[in-house]
Amino acid sequence: MSAAIEFRDLYFAVPQGRLLLDDISLALEEGTTTAVLGRSGSGKTTLLRTMNRMVEPSGGAVLLHGKDVRDADLISLRRNMGYVIQETGLFPHFTVERNVAVVLEAEGRPREERVRRSRELLDAVGLSSEAFAHRYPHQLSGGQRQRVGLARALAAEPEFLLMDEPFGALDPLTRAEMQDMLRGLLDGMMKTVLLVTHDLDEALYLGHRIVLLSDGKLIANLTPEEFLVSHQPEVAAYVQAFHRGSQRAVSPSRVEEGRG
Amino acid sequence: MNSSFLTQYGSEITTLTIEHLWLTGAAMLFATAIAVPGGICLTRSPRWAKLVIGVANVLQTIPSLALFGFLLPLPWLGDRAARIAILALTAYALLPILRNTYAGIRGIDSSVIEVARALGLTDRQRLFKVELPLAAPFILAGLRTATVTCIGIATIAAAVGAGGLGELIFRGVASVDNRLVLAGAIPAALLALAADAALGLLERRLKVPA
Repeated sequence: MSAAIEFRDLYFAVPQGRLLLDDISLALEEGTTTAVLGRSGSGKTTLLRTMNRMVEPSGGAVLLHGKDVRDADLISLRRNMGYVIQETGLFPHFTVERNVAVVLEAEGRPREERVRRSRELLDAVGLSSEAFAHRYPHQLSGGQRQRVGLARALAAEPEFLLMDEPFGALDPLTRAEMQDMLRGLLDGMMKTVLLVTHDLDEALYLGHRIVLLSDGKLIANLTPEEFLVSHQPEVAAYVQAFHRGSQRAVSPSRVEEGRG
Repeated sequence: MNSSFLTQYGSEITTLTIEHLWLTGAAMLFATAIAVPGGICLTRSPRWAKLVIGVANVLQTIPSLALFGFLLPLPWLGDRAARIAILALTAYALLPILRNTYAGIRGIDSSVIEVARALGLTDRQRLFKVELPLAAPFILAGLRTATVTCIGIATIAAAVGAGGLGELIFRGVASVDNRLVLAGAIPAALLALAADAALGLLERRLKVPA
């Protein structure tokens, strides 16, 4: 069986010559969530964007079920990939309902179907369709907007879901709520998900596999359990920083200082 | 301005106002038909934007009286003064519409455009469902500036015999009759104000709250 997504010897060079992706080879199994972890500038967003051809790699290939994405029709390729980004990119002049159904609208599906699907998804992402369908994006909070963005990405029942730091701009509580909601939602679907994040916690919670990129190179491709105990220096550094972060949050010395 | 003046000139003022509106209206139609698609094309190939907007900018700086004069000796155009007037007014109206169409589309939040592309909207769908509706208030603002400018410049068209309210102004100046000058200037100013208010209202209605 071929992998749902395969990156093969993938290169991406910026005009100045620097490699944003440096010989990436990676296969993702169907129906799994892969979290791509890395610092800013590590190439993780570029990797995600080669999938829906928002960028064209300088070398190598991206294969979906063994077929090169360059041979696919660009529009149907993209409609088969939900896309969620940190800034949400909701259409400010569309109601929530129309935003969610925009791909169905682009496909020319009938209105009743669009309304029905839109409401179904709003409820699924935890927004009461009754209350939210006719609102506009500017009337929503950040978390609500992100939920609409997710509903929109799922509306046309795409096989793939691409998420680029979807919860990066949310406060920690809302973020955790969104992660719970997403995990519950994905459990019931057979989607192949690529989730770009810089947050190890999120990667551990949502990913079946964690891929670490650094300076455009693939450093590790591990399960969350393997990731936590890996002795690879870059992986260990990431895990250490993560542990330090959570310890620092309850550091007794700061508590003392605060009292003093 | 007393009532006998109005009885004497009333029908002429009406005719000239209609003529004025027709000159401006025709020019605005042509300018919109050129500059809105033109501005959209420029957003697709931004490296041309500087050059094209630059040319439109230069057109704008030609003194209107001179432009009317330049066009006068041209064949076909020179036959009918209205043609000259409409061509010159079109040239003046291009810049604000072109610039605002270009800036209005380029100014849309880049994440909105990115998502429109990534979700698989076709170029056409992106243009008509996303870019034009979101840029509409800017395009309208350009149209509004262009219209108000054209209503003003159209008064000069009378210098080449194209008619319009400038006719009264020029006659008033020649005969040192301020009443005639005002009979041309006041309706022209009112037209400009009315166009400004009407298009302004439309612009506000199209604005998307952020």
